Amino acid sequence: MSSTTTAAGRPERADLPPNLARKARPGESIVKVGLFMSGLVSVLITAGIFVALIRPVLDFFSEIPLSDFFATEGQFAVIPLVTATVMVTVIALLVAVPLGLGAAMYLSEYASQRARKVLKPTVELLAGVPSVVYGFFALTFVTPTLLQDILALRVGFTNALSAGLVLGVMVIPTIASLAEDALSAVPMSMRQGSLAMGANRMQTTLRVVFPAALSGIAAAIVLGMSRAIGETMIVALAAGAQKNLSLDPREGMQTMTGFIAQTAGGENPVGSTSYNMLFAVGMLLFLITLVVNIISIALVRRFRQAY
Amino acid sequence: MSVATKTARETVEIVRESGRDRDRNLASIAFLVGLWFSLFFGVMVLVVLILDTAISGSSRFDANLLTEYISRISPETSGFRAGILGTLWLMVATAVLAVPLGIAAAIWLEEFSDNTKWYNRILEVNLQNLAAVPSIVYGLLAVATMTLLGFQATGIVLGGAIALALLILPVIIITTREALRAVPQDIRQGSLALGATVWQTTWRQTLPSAIPGISTGTILGISRAIGEAAPLVVVGLAGSVRFDPTGITSVITALPQQIYSLTSQSQEEYQTAASAAIVVLLVMVLGLNALAIVIRNKFQRTW
Repeated sequence: MSSTTTAAGRPERADLPPNLARKARPGESIVKVGLFMSGLVSVLITAGIFVALIRPVLDFFSEIPLSDFFATEGQFAVIPLVTATVMVTVIALLVAVPLGLGAAMYLSEYASQRARKVLKPTVELLAGVPSVVYGFFALTFVTPTLLQDILALRVGFTNALSAGLVLGVMVIPTIASLAEDALSAVPMSMRQGSLAMGANRMQTTLRVVFPAALSGIAAAIVLGMSRAIGETMIVALAAGAQKNLSLDPREGMQTMTGFIAQTAGGENPVGSTSYNMLFAVGMLLFLITLVVNIISIALVRRFRQAY
Repeated sequence: MSVATKTARETVEIVRESGRDRDRNLASIAFLVGLWFSLFFGVMVLVVLILDTAISGSSRFDANLLTEYISRISPETSGFRAGILGTLWLMVATAVLAVPLGIAAAIWLEEFSDNTKWYNRILEVNLQNLAAVPSIVYGLLAVATMTLLGFQATGIVLGGAIALALLILPVIIITTREALRAVPQDIRQGSLALGATVWQTTWRQTLPSAIPGISTGTILGISRAIGEAAPLVVVGLAGSVRFDPTGITSVITALPQQIYSLTSQSQEEYQTAASAAIVVLLVMVLGLNALAIVIRNKFQRTW
C-alpha cells in the first residue's frame, strides 16, 4: 500500500473514506426536495385558508359595516350565531368533561393492562361514528323520546339542549384519550409515595395524580372545546336553523357552523352578499378555533416540561 | 409452626386487610362506580344509537336499498346506489391525494428535518393547528381551490376529494410520524453503520418496519373522511343524484350527504330510508375501524 501511516497506525487524513453525507447524489437530493415540498404543503394549506377566505370577506365588509356584522339582530348579525355556539359548546362540555375525565381516570389508574387494551379502543370507537349519524340520533331519538317523552321537558323540535348533549358524547373520546395520556405520564413514584403515606387509590388519584397532570388535562379539555365549536352536522340537524339570541337551551338556535352548512346548501348566487357572509362567518370560526388551539398547544408544552 | 412464623403471617394478614379496607369505604366505592359509569356511558349511547336506527330502518333492509336511486315518486323503494358509489369514489380519490403526500411529509419531519431550524418548527406548530381546524372550513378552502383550478361545476368528485384530503392530511401525517418514531434508533444506526445513506435507511429499513402503524393511521383517517358530510355540503354535493359516477369530474352525491338531506325531509318513508342508510354507513365506517384495530393488534411489533 502506498499510504503512509503514522506511528500509531492511524491513516493520514487523505486516506480517510470519503464523507458519504457530502457525496453528490442527484437522485437523493431530488427525493429530499420532494419530501420537503410535501412538508411545505401543510403550511400552504394554512396560507390557502387565509387567502381563500380573505377575498370574499373583504368583499363582504366593503358592503356591510362591521357594526352590522357584530350586531345582535338583522340579516347579517353574527352575535346570535356566536351565543348559540357558546351555548351548545357549554352543554357539550358539561357532559364530556366529567365523563371523559372519569373514563380517563379509570383507564389510567384502575384498569389492568389487559382491560385497558380492550377498553381504550372501545371508547375511541365513539369518535369514529360519523357526525351526521349523531345528528340524526339527536333529532329522532334524543329530542322526541328522551327529552320530550321520558324527561317530559317542553323542548322545541330542534333545540340546543339535545344537540349539546349528543355533541358532548361525541367529544368524550377526545377528552378521555388525551387526559389518559396526561395521567399515565405522571411518574409511578408519586403514586407509590402517596400510597405509602396511607392514602387509598381514590385519594391518590384525586389529590396526587390529577393535580400533577392538570396542565395536560386542561389541554385535553381545550381541544375537546375546539372540536365542539367546529362540529357541524349535529348542530345543523338538531340545534335549529333560526337565529335566536336566547339563553334558553330548550329553544332552537342556529350556530356558526349550522349557518355555514345551511347557507352553503342553499341557493345563494356566488359573489352575493349573503354568499360572502358565509366566508366572513367561516373566517371568524377559523380564528376562534385557532386561538383555542394555540392555548391547547401552549398548555401541552408546559405539561411536557413538567417531568 | 414457630411463634415467629405465626406472628409474621398474622402481621402480613393485618396489613393486607387494612390495605384493602382503605379502598372499601363508601366514598371510594362511589367514586369507582362513577368511573365505571363514565366509561360505559358512551358505550351505552352507542348501543342505543345502533339499536334505535337499526329498528327504525329494519323495514328497509332489502336489495332496493343498495341498487336503487333516491326516488320522489316512490319513496318506499328509494335506495342509495348513487351515494354508496359516490362515497367509494370519494374514498379512493381522497386516499390517492392524501396518503402519499401525508407519508412523504411525515418522513421529512421525522427523518430528515433539523428541528433547530425555524422553518421546521413552523411546520410542526402549523400541523398541530391544522389537525383541529373545523372540517367545514376545509370545505370552504376546497371551494376556493376548485375556482382557482378553473372548474365551474360544483359537487364533483374532485372537489369533494380535495376537501376530504385536506381534512385527513394532518391525521395521516401525525399517525405516520408516531409509527416512524416507534421504530427503534438501533435499526437506523445499524443501517447507517453499514454505509447506507439516510434515504436508503429510511426506504429500506425504517419505512417497512413502520408499515403496520402507518396503515392503521391511514385507514382511520379514511374512515373519518367517508363519514364527513359538512365539507361536502359546502363543496356543493347534491342529495338527489340519480346516476352513477363515471370519472373524477362527474357530479356525485355521498352517503352522509344523502342522510343529511333526507333527514330534513318530513315524509316518514324518507326517515326510514335514512335510518337504513345510516346502518350501511356505520357498517362501512366501523368496519374500517375494526380493520385498523386488527392490523394494529396483529402486525404491530414491539421492539
